[in-house]
Amino acid sequence: MGNRCAIIGIGQTHYTTKRRDVSMAGLVREAALRALADAGLTFKDIDAVVIGKAPDLFEGVMMPEAYLADALGAAGKPMTRVHTAGSVGGSTALVGASLIQGGVHERVLVVAYEKQSESNATWALSTHLPYNASLVVGAGGYFAPHIREYMRRSGAPGHIGTLVAVKDRQNALKNPYAHLKIPGIDRAMVESTPMLWEPIRYLETCPSSDGACAMVLAAEHAVTGRPAWVHGTAMRSEPIFRAGRDTVNPQGGKDCAADVYRQAGITDPRREIDVAEVYVPFSWYEPMWLENLGFAAENEGWKLTEAGCTALDGDTPWNASGGVLSSNPIGASGLIRFAEAALQVRGMAGEHQVEGARKALGHAYGGGAQFFAMWIVGADKP
Amino acid sequence: MTTESELSATYVLEFPGGYTRTTGPVIGRFLTELRDARIVGVRTADQRTLVPPLEYDPHTGDPVTEEFVQVGPAGTVAEWVWVQAPRKNHPLDRPFAWALIKLDGADTTLVHAVDAGHKKAMRPGLRVRPRWRAERIGQITDIECFVPDVTMIVSPVRAEYTITPGRALTRFLEGVRDGVFLAGHCATCDKVYVPYRISCPECGSLIAAERQVSDTGTITTFAINNLPDPRAPQVPFVSAYILLDGADTPMIALVGDVPAHEVRQGMRVRAVWLPESERTLAMTNIKWFAPTGEPDAELEN
Repeated sequence: MGNRCAIIGIGQTHYTTKRRDVSMAGLVREAALRALADAGLTFKDIDAVVIGKAPDLFEGVMMPEAYLADALGAAGKPMTRVHTAGSVGGSTALVGASLIQGGVHERVLVVAYEKQSESNATWALSTHLPYNASLVVGAGGYFAPHIREYMRRSGAPGHIGTLVAVKDRQNALKNPYAHLKIPGIDRAMVESTPMLWEPIRYLETCPSSDGACAMVLAAEHAVTGRPAWVHGTAMRSEPIFRAGRDTVNPQGGKDCAADVYRQAGITDPRREIDVAEVYVPFSWYEPMWLENLGFAAENEGWKLTEAGCTALDGDTPWNASGGVLSSNPIGASGLIRFAEAALQVRGMAGEHQVEGARKALGHAYGGGAQFFAMWIVGADKP
Repeated sequence: MTTESELSATYVLEFPGGYTRTTGPVIGRFLTELRDARIVGVRTADQRTLVPPLEYDPHTGDPVTEEFVQVGPAGTVAEWVWVQAPRKNHPLDRPFAWALIKLDGADTTLVHAVDAGHKKAMRPGLRVRPRWRAERIGQITDIECFVPDVTMIVSPVRAEYTITPGRALTRFLEGVRDGVFLAGHCATCDKVYVPYRISCPECGSLIAAERQVSDTGTITTFAINNLPDPRAPQVPFVSAYILLDGADTPMIALVGDVPAHEVRQGMRVRAVWLPESERTLAMTNIKWFAPTGEPDAELEN
């Protein structure tokens, strides 16, 4: 795993439908300056910058890293852009961590963002190419069949997705940065919303958000302030057109989890991980990823959700921050998961702090559930 | 017979040439500055700035000081009301807002029109600036209206490509033109890929063998799409993963000739082709897949 890597600064913008008051540069700077302030540092103390965001077609700015380099204090420093679709935020953190673990740099700033309000993600994800039939379905239309197949295989009752939709939004009420805040949210409210891509209801989907997140990563001798420590990092991808690919329980996710658990010495994730921030953009992905990440046996994940195990006061809290279901600046969503995991083990998550969290999982997935990024962070040095 | 109500006449009362208004030193200074495209206020004894200026402090009745200060020209909307149907003598001939605007540096608000385009653009706190008339004469209408600050620009981006299908896609489309689905068989993995391709996504081997697969298959899973989009079929439409008989990879396609809520996982379907005369080298040759009426297939677990 190389040298030790610590997370010493975390900065987030408030996530919202439209940040009409800032430019893209202003948005990423807001998160970056907050992360630097958290670490007690300035741009001068940073050796390299890694930036991540989802497809350029979302904002129509080609190679935004070139435009944003000086906004992030990267003049005269290495600047790297990462792009792995929806998992990009997680991959961005891992590329940054690898620069520390490999001994290349002492302090790296990682930043990810999306300003979805500048266009329309469903449009950008549903380009209609010649020679094809036009089936404009967006991300929801793409994932709905896999959710249907999970429901069939597992025999999960239909209200499981509703439970996650309620639970994550209740958690969001405790997170000052969360986008969707729906006081009084309950099952009846979720179930009263229309089916967008059946079996996915409106309130079972993530919002479209503007926002940015940043972290300062440091080598052990360059730590300032209160660190969280990286205990394991892993990324996997798999070919989307592989014959026999299991789209409900992808092999890439299982392999990625096995790798990151091995590095962190975890054999029983449900017991040993105190809090998990997992990429759940559609509510049913909680039970699906509970199984993919080994928190439950195959076809049993929904039982943990139903029993309340993943609630803030459950035995294995998932998405204490409100998760992607409550805030979704796509390119940043993975980095937010990683940052929230670090916030928890630093004991700095405020009202949504999981009492005594010492070890946390950050997770992101992207594309057609074909890219995975994960890290385990801890309060103690590995 | 003539009734009383029908007896009416238009009567205009207008002093020829218009009344005059002697401005006095304070209002006169304000209007003179307006003519030069500046906005000034006057200081009160307790150092507040009145805009528009008055000769007296309206709170105390005391005279104001002789100190004039330049304010604005930008300001902030405090209150507003929308005028959807402007009258003939309104300052703008399109919907606009009357607003109380607190100019930067002023302690009072000024009433003026805001050309915001749409009611939704108005809010307390909106930053606005004057739009000056080119010809100014020393009247409040020297400011035609206020307009919101620039907070957004539109950036049209258009990329035009020429898309040339490669060998594999061309071959597949030739099959689709002829009413058959062509697949590639990887000899190493013993897997059949549809659409036809010439490299295996699993092992990377070249695929040499071309196979024809059936135009019947099984719906493995599907979504019912209820979100309308001008480029998509009419909602609700079913997009399904269909595993063609003889293939190892599903293709995503539209399901038709059946109500959306009667579609099932395991349902047997067949491609509905356009008449031969209407076919081109495109997937649109397949209208959709329709149920065959066979018993449902067993699905794997």
